[in-house]
Amino acid sequence: MNRPIKVLIAKPGLDGHDRGAKVIANALRDAGMEVVYTGLHQTPEMIVEAAVQEDVDLVSVSILSGAHMTLIPKIRELMNRGGLAEVKLVAGGIIPEADATVLKKLPGVAGIFGPGTSTKDAIAFIEGLFPNRAAR
Amino acid sequence: VIPDPLPVDGIDVDSGEAIEITSVAITSFLPMTALHDWLSRFAGGEVLAASRLLTVVERGGDDAATVLDAIFPRTGRAYRVAITGAGGAGKSTLANVLTRVYRGQGRTVGIVAEDPTSPFTGGAVLGDRVRMTHASGDAGVFVRSLASRGSESGLSPLACELADVLDAFGRDIVLLESMGVGQVETRIRFSADTVVVVLTPEAGDEVQGLKSGLLEVADVIAVNKSDRQGADALARDLASIVALREDGKGTWQPPVVMTSSPDADSANALAAAIHSHRTYLDVDDRRTARRAEALRERLRLLVEESWRASAWQSPTLNARFDAIFGRVAAGTLSPYRAARELAESLRAGFPR
Repeated sequence: MNRPIKVLIAKPGLDGHDRGAKVIANALRDAGMEVVYTGLHQTPEMIVEAAVQEDVDLVSVSILSGAHMTLIPKIRELMNRGGLAEVKLVAGGIIPEADATVLKKLPGVAGIFGPGTSTKDAIAFIEGLFPNRAAR
Repeated sequence: VIPDPLPVDGIDVDSGEAIEITSVAITSFLPMTALHDWLSRFAGGEVLAASRLLTVVERGGDDAATVLDAIFPRTGRAYRVAITGAGGAGKSTLANVLTRVYRGQGRTVGIVAEDPTSPFTGGAVLGDRVRMTHASGDAGVFVRSLASRGSESGLSPLACELADVLDAFGRDIVLLESMGVGQVETRIRFSADTVVVVLTPEAGDEVQGLKSGLLEVADVIAVNKSDRQGADALARDLASIVALREDGKGTWQPPVVMTSSPDADSANALAAAIHSHRTYLDVDDRRTARRAEALRERLRLLVEESWRASAWQSPTLNARFDAIFGRVAAGTLSPYRAARELAESLRAGFPR
């Protein structure tokens, strides 16, 4: 038996707004995924540690603080060093288009989602990453 | 290890013909060499290997059986504590503060936290990590969240298997946090050495109903959110209920501990109450007996499960089921009588 797609939703850094993260968590659950939510104020180290222990298929971070150009490469690097090189990383939040273009070029960063992304699109994108693991 | 399809391996009494034995599908996801590689890295204490093996066990099938077989000799060293209670009672928070106490004592901790799967979508939000602030950034703590995936008990059999992995990984204490449960969650006593039942003052009026069921499996009772109104009265009620109990199985009286998560002393008091139960179990081999009972129960479940799985793979059973269901659907046979007839006709396949 295969398990459903398991996603870690994490809030790195100092921003204290997790409405978006919770909306995404609920949408992914309703799409049949298993979602682990870390809570607020996580360091990149804490996020990667959680991803290792939970053995997730995907790490999804929500960043509204403007620190995405620092946090995303840092998390990706720690994931690679922690044995999670094959685990994909996506990010959502207030990320300007120009920055998103740069971040998307990083190996292992599968997608960057800005404001206005519909939950339907987010779900379809994640399901597309795991063609053999579609939720029931 | 393929379960022996016992119930369909026999002779049909009615017709005298042999019932065919269907082979159980081999369900392996990993090449054996990869599995053995992870097992040896697990034995070397690598966290990533522990995590991968937990996933292998979660997926079930032959790989899970290989892993559980391999680690079984290394299990039994951890002390297991189950934490159960209604949703929102504060189970995760208490697991968190207990973790801090155990880490302060120099003990390593493994946590399995179960949350419900939606029966409608198959999805789940696993939020227990949010409360476990003492777990992160500490290599001495390993937290694994688990979705219940259709299991109807507060702690699924799978949660206990994951606890085995963390036990074999060398964690000193393994905490099992159940989903929110109601009054009739009694199987949890098979999952741990000490069961902590968490209640809150809001549950006050329900205490009468709790006299049987959940309270009966409590080795320690935590009255959480004890700063709220009604906590003292609840603790008094509970203390009087457990004092009335004479179950004949021993003299253990579950201590009632007032807890409040911001209060460090209450976490120490809870850990002390758990420890006093542990000390109690160390007398007269009580712990060995309790664990043997739990193992017996687990084996019984595994046998039932493999019987059930292989029974439904039998074309004979399915054909008979469909035939007899026709009579039930037509209203000529009650489901109770149909079930009995079906069971009787299969009984020849069971060793007496």
